[in-house]
Amino acid sequence: MYSEKVMDHFSNPRNVGEIENADGVGQVGNAKCGDIMKMYLKIEDGIIKDAKFKTFGCGAAVATSSMATELLIGKTIKEAEMISNKAVMEALDGLPPVKVHCSVLAEEAIAAALQDYKSKHGLAEDDYYEGCSGCCGGCGSHDLRREHLHDEEE
Amino acid sequence: MQKQIIYLDHAATTYVKPEVFEAMKPYFTEEYGNPSSIYSIGRSNRKAVEDARISVAKSIGAAEPSEIYFTGSGTEADNWAIKGAALALHKKGKHIITSNIEHPAVLATCEFLQKQGYEITYIKVDNEGLVNPEDVDRAIRPDTILVTIMMANNEIGTIEPIKEIAQVCKKHGVLFHTDAVQAAGNIPINVKDLGVDLLSVSGHKFYGPKGIGMLYIRKGVRIENFIHGGHQERNKRAGTENVPGVVGFAKALELATINMEDHYKKLSSLRDKALKAITERIPNIHVNGSMEKRLPGNLNVSFRFVEGESVLLMLDMKGIKASSGSACTSGSLDPSHVLLSIGLPHEIAHGSLRMTFGEINTEEEVDYFIDALEEIITKLRNMSPLYEDFVKGV
Ligand SMILES: Cc1ncc(COP(=O)(O)O)c(C=O)c1O
Repeated sequence: MYSEKVMDHFSNPRNVGEIENADGVGQVGNAKCGDIMKMYLKIEDGIIKDAKFKTFGCGAAVATSSMATELLIGKTIKEAEMISNKAVMEALDGLPPVKVHCSVLAEEAIAAALQDYKSKHGLAEDDYYEGCSGCCGGCGSHDLRREHLHDEEE
Repeated sequence: MQKQIIYLDHAATTYVKPEVFEAMKPYFTEEYGNPSSIYSIGRSNRKAVEDARISVAKSIGAAEPSEIYFTGSGTEADNWAIKGAALALHKKGKHIITSNIEHPAVLATCEFLQKQGYEITYIKVDNEGLVNPEDVDRAIRPDTILVTIMMANNEIGTIEPIKEIAQVCKKHGVLFHTDAVQAAGNIPINVKDLGVDLLSVSGHKFYGPKGIGMLYIRKGVRIENFIHGGHQERNKRAGTENVPGVVGFAKALELATINMEDHYKKLSSLRDKALKAITERIPNIHVNGSMEKRLPGNLNVSFRFVEGESVLLMLDMKGIKASSGSACTSGSLDPSHVLLSIGLPHEIAHGSLRMTFGEINTEEEVDYFIDALEEIITKLRNMSPLYEDFVKGV
């Protein structure tokens, strides 16, 4: 059901771990839904020098986190903000429809880590980004980004 | 079994035993006649089906072979028992009692009936996964027409007090069906001793073929027909008989009944070995379901801070086949209803692993499996932000 790329990133995930004194840290998802992604960023001169992750979740959740860190490293903050769930998915040669939410989670983990960086450096914008993606609907507390999910599943 | 795999998913399905396959073979090739035809290759098929019926009746302790009806699967047997009772007895009432840990073959059928105006009561199991017969007693009402509670659970292997529940039902004059799909071949089944009215079995859980099941209908019990057509199975279940399937089903059940004691000893010893090793070597686990009232080959453990599908994928890379109750593997948004029913929080249910041992497994395989499992759980925990929080004491 998974592409070779997904299986590769799942069995040999890149950039697993933590960054001490990270410039930005973001965590999204929740344990009840079965996936949590935590993203650590090292940012120098507006460029992402390093990215690491920790993920609790299924094969696709691990693979999308791994791919997200690869896509992040070397990018400017502006470029990083443009990384969409679609880009993560395409880089993995696709995901099964039921796993699309994992790529959404990856996009949100990136956004959350960048948001954290900005707020730490006094660059925060008004629309403060928060928490869970509404990936599963299991906790029933959000409708956030639902339309996003459905678009991808068609 | 030429391929180098370690198969720990015998509750999903089993391989067909060579003796069983041999018994089935002629009915695919030379003996291809229709059992309803009067010429010789039809008659020999009729005899094969009726001999199988006699054999199955004997294996489950039925009073008469005519109480045995072959079906296309365990799912069909469950559907027939429940819908058949509902249709036959709707004038008496529209209330059905079941449990909250049934297989979808029962649960989805009950949900269907609910949409047709029936009322369903779901008996809650305790934290060990067991139904209390007194709860059934209390739930029965004047309009209750059927109680359906499984003999053994497919995920956590718990064995329900069927005999006691049957007594409760008898006291109230209510029909009792049990889904014995997981029990058959693993623990003794004697329908007279159990006192059940209806009992479902499926061939592929005890080294028989897939796509063949059986419904036991106690003599004198009337349920509505489910598959209409020709006059096969005494006009109750139409469709040309799956002769090789029927023959294989009977042969496999016969072998399982003869080998029951050895089978039980072997599987429970492999299971206990695995449980002991897991408990000793992997911290932060939760063993799901009663360990006393349990099928011999079933082990179900949750590993905290990891997610089941990841565990399964990594085991698969090492040639090990198992199963999980996590949301990602159940194909829905929630983890297994069985694990939630025994009181597991979602996050612990997501990390569950079901290991079901079978007759081909060896002690060496268990050793290899445990080594692999320990490595995988460690690797996934080191990757898990939940574990990180736990270690840091957050
Ligand atoms: C408890 C239980 N009931 C019913 C079934 C369905 O049987 P079948 O696969 O023959 O339809 C299964 C099989 O998975 C089962 O475990």
